[in-house]
Amino acid sequence: MRSWRGTSASSCWARRWLSTMAPIRCVGAITGPGKGLRRALSALSFQISRGLWKKYGDKRVIDTPISEMGFAGIAVGAAMAGLRPVCEFMTFNFSMQAIDQVINSAAKTCYMSAGLIGVPIVFRGPNGAAAGVAAQHSQCFAAWYGHCPGLKVVSPWSSEDAKGLLKAAIRDDNPVVMLENELLYGVPFELSEQAQSKDFVIPIGKAKIEREGTHITLVSHSRLVGHCLEAASVLAKEGVECEVINMRTIRPMDIEAVEASIVKTNHLITVEGGWPQFGVGAEICARIMEGPAFNYLDAPAVRVTGTDVPMPYAKILEDSSTPQVKDIIFAVKKVLNI
Amino acid sequence: MRKMLLAVLSRVLQSPAAAAAGGKTASRVMVASRNYADFANEATFEIKKCDLHRLEEGPSTTTVMTREEGLQYYKTMQTIRRMELKSDQLYKQKIIRGFCHLYDGQEACCVGLEAAIKPTDHVITAYRAHGFTYTRGVPVREILAELTGRKGGCAKGKGGSMHMYTKNFYGGNGIVGAQVPLGAGVALACKYFGKNEICLTLYGDGAANQGQIFETYNMAALWKLPCIFICENNRYGMGTSVERAAASTEYYRRGDFIPGLRVDGMDVLCVREAGKFAAEYCRSGKGPIVMELQTYRYHGHSMSDPGISYRTREEIQEVRSKSDPITLLKDRMVNNNLASIEELKDIDVAVRKEIEEAAQFATTDPEPPLEELCNHIYFNEPPFEVRGANQWTRYKSAS
Repeated sequence: MRSWRGTSASSCWARRWLSTMAPIRCVGAITGPGKGLRRALSALSFQISRGLWKKYGDKRVIDTPISEMGFAGIAVGAAMAGLRPVCEFMTFNFSMQAIDQVINSAAKTCYMSAGLIGVPIVFRGPNGAAAGVAAQHSQCFAAWYGHCPGLKVVSPWSSEDAKGLLKAAIRDDNPVVMLENELLYGVPFELSEQAQSKDFVIPIGKAKIEREGTHITLVSHSRLVGHCLEAASVLAKEGVECEVINMRTIRPMDIEAVEASIVKTNHLITVEGGWPQFGVGAEICARIMEGPAFNYLDAPAVRVTGTDVPMPYAKILEDSSTPQVKDIIFAVKKVLNI
Repeated sequence: MRKMLLAVLSRVLQSPAAAAAGGKTASRVMVASRNYADFANEATFEIKKCDLHRLEEGPSTTTVMTREEGLQYYKTMQTIRRMELKSDQLYKQKIIRGFCHLYDGQEACCVGLEAAIKPTDHVITAYRAHGFTYTRGVPVREILAELTGRKGGCAKGKGGSMHMYTKNFYGGNGIVGAQVPLGAGVALACKYFGKNEICLTLYGDGAANQGQIFETYNMAALWKLPCIFICENNRYGMGTSVERAAASTEYYRRGDFIPGLRVDGMDVLCVREAGKFAAEYCRSGKGPIVMELQTYRYHGHSMSDPGISYRTREEIQEVRSKSDPITLLKDRMVNNNLASIEELKDIDVAVRKEIEEAAQFATTDPEPPLEELCNHIYFNEPPFEVRGANQWTRYKSAS
């Protein structure tokens, strides 16, 4: 098994994906600003598209001006007319400028046209908190995009997730929002032989059990899956076995996986980086209450979320604004009454 | 006998302006009756010169129209006119609900443009879309049935007035200005596929002040996208006149580094020539071009706007009497021996009949079944369940 950083997994598979698609499939990538594809020195930490332009050229990899509403609309129009674009936002915070194109032009068109016009587009980029970038650059958009019918929303954690989900997103004939995480780009993950294969795809809408357990279910997405696993290994030393579920997809949500787990463990904690009100965890809890798994809960479901505050800059404040491993451990002990 | 007298009378009573619009003078020979062999095959017309921006030359100021073309333009414009008036009627009877933005007065724009491009080219416009929906190939009955929300509508009743689509026609878009980047994206796909296709991207004088349009101008020019940006300037953005909304009302210049033309949008031949000029410009790989069509809408912005609080009835009447696109074409054809008044009247009768039948269909076709509610959320997707108003109500979604 090789160890892959999030970045290189994304960019390596991206290269492979572009080369395996015959030209007639007409795939392209529209990258957002500042990717520095043509800059000799790029100080940016992302570089997901590094190497793509060199290999595929101007026709398929397009550097854009800083015009999110414009280039997102152009990408959607290109998708309507038969291309399969991948539109990159430098971070999803900037997608707010283009959100009308994502929702009103991309998500709703198939429905409004009664199935005549499909929009096979992928919007991708880093989402949620980074490090020290403060309030305007740290928002999590999982709940905002997850709210809208017509969109699919995926949120990878590991390299395997990044590769498999992006491949699935591009192959999907619908608009898919892929919420990556900047801090994960530099984290190495093991990648199985199977995951390294050319056609490795993860189905959209299916969660993965990252760690099996019997006492409590922790459901999370993106970076916090790692925090849950860390909390689980600390708790294991005290005899508490946590089952950690990596949602992988926000919409359509795999609530059945969570329900099956609750039947086993009888306790639920949702963990997310976003704000608590109307968040991903709120939706999971509501659905569990409405479904058969409610009868298996021995305690109310609990949410661990980002603090309900615009992200501060000072490190000590920032550390208290996103869930830490200790917050998850604290919640587990509260729920289990230990 | 009566027919003959009427024919003579109508020529005598022709307004001087209309006669001047023609090229050759009509021969005034009395004949017992006209048959089609007596008409000219074609005629040459002088058309208004376009104002140019960053262009050395503009479209030609003379054009040839054949009898066949003239009849087709006449019939199409008349169909759109009557379809819009029928929609007005149906709306007032509350059979059409919600939004209804009517195109009567602007018929020369969509008909002229369609005559300038090919069916394989692409068109996208905003919400005043019924005219283009028709010229792009959707039958009147499917347009009216969509307006009345029936299953026979072109979007199965799920879209309504602002969301009608067909092959190479991307709507019908409700968000002001959003269709402009979309159109440039379609043009990008045209360039990518290399089949020499272009995209007509329309917007109004109100949308012309949207920021995303300027973002789009920039990228379209940078990447030389084969996109014709067309501003249908009908002088009012909803209830705000252009003078009160725009620091510069020269919409054909607003693309700055993109060349532009200002066109008489009430003259179908002017629009056609300008459209051909712009299409050739784009196809030659020079990049985008901007066209401003000076036109007018008789109705208010939408059916909830009477259209007389921000403009006078006199103004509307003046445009109707002096610049109506259908009347202009009719006078040209009759004065140049391309058709007779009777022939055009026969077309009027046929059009009215078609519209009546379409309206009949649109008012009697059933509404879409409830099973249709959640279909087409996704494209090409296996069926899945959709939550209804509560957790016990579930619908199926098929693609």
